[in-house]
Amino acid sequence: MTLSPSDFAYVAGLVRRESAIVLTPGKEYLVEARLLPVARQAGVASVAEFLGILQRRPDQNAHRSVVDALTTNETSWFRDREPFTALTDVVLPELVTSRISTRSLRVWSAACSSGQEPYSLAMTLQQFLPAGWRYQITGTDISTEMIKRASAGEFSQVEVNRGLPVQLLVHHFARSGTGWKVTPALRENITFQQMNLTAPLPPMGAFDVIFLRNVLIYFDVETKRTVLRNVSRLLRPDGWLFLGAAETTIGVDESFERVAIGRTSAYRPRATVPAGTLGKG
Amino acid sequence: MRLILRRIVGQLGFEVADAEDGRAALDLLAGMENVPDLALVDWNMPNMNGLEFVTAAREDARLREMTLVMVTTESEQSHIVRALAAGAHEYVIKPFTSEAMIEKLALLGLVPTGANT
Repeated sequence: MTLSPSDFAYVAGLVRRESAIVLTPGKEYLVEARLLPVARQAGVASVAEFLGILQRRPDQNAHRSVVDALTTNETSWFRDREPFTALTDVVLPELVTSRISTRSLRVWSAACSSGQEPYSLAMTLQQFLPAGWRYQITGTDISTEMIKRASAGEFSQVEVNRGLPVQLLVHHFARSGTGWKVTPALRENITFQQMNLTAPLPPMGAFDVIFLRNVLIYFDVETKRTVLRNVSRLLRPDGWLFLGAAETTIGVDESFERVAIGRTSAYRPRATVPAGTLGKG
Repeated sequence: MRLILRRIVGQLGFEVADAEDGRAALDLLAGMENVPDLALVDWNMPNMNGLEFVTAAREDARLREMTLVMVTTESEQSHIVRALAAGAHEYVIKPFTSEAMIEKLALLGLVPTGANT
């Protein structure tokens, strides 16, 4: 998935005109990743096709969507907050009871981007888990570049301003140049690896909690089904799956049931799968 | 900077008053019938700096309910720790985006989560 130089120049020109933000060459991956959901929303299968239509028939609303997607969607810490509230209010109290014999939890951040999600999960677990408990977090992303960044654990001043309570900043980070770097204590129980969720997954062991947030929006329904099937094999039968606010398993994979928690939802494997609901569109 | 902050919190529906420095802010607050919900405080100000203002505000029982947020270029960890110890609730380091400011205010329960979306 690479953007042609002329498509990239078109997008860069549009974004610069509308927002004064300059997209330098090398940001093709970012443009492609951010615009894919916009293209799908418009009912088009690829970013190239979407940009082709837009260049032939300029449309003010579509221009706005492109600019928004490229300028306002930075990754926040504790993104959307509710999933993290659901963890501390419902999920972790239950797991602390059910895993009392092993006192150990495994969590997967399945599209971790630059790492804000797995580090937010680590901060949540450190705050919540009783003494003597262990946790292990796996962060994966399709982009090798993102995995490199996430693994380094270094963030700019602008990035740490996004949704990270300052008490957690001073507790879990140290100044590093003009930015901040996670402390070894936060970094130590997290492993990062590059992974394509649509391909057969490597053996990783079973997880108690999986965050698969804002990933399915990039895929068509068949691919969504493949990803959910891949992921569900790695979720413990009493585990919890968290999706993005605009995503659901309903109508895609009926082996999950939705559980409302506060203002959000989580998904759990059904004990029994209703007959005839798997593998059909 | 004051103009930018005025615009951000103004758009969120806050009524905004501003003061030159910490001393002027305390005088302004003393004359107000209702204590504001929120004070956005720079560190570097003449007469009374932000840290001194936060300390003074925390010692004043009348201002106890007012949320204090430092908004400053002072980005050393030691500065942040001192501000928190003095009683600041949050600390926003410049530069920041309006989304970042709104998210911080959401963390403090002053605006609904997702107010910027």
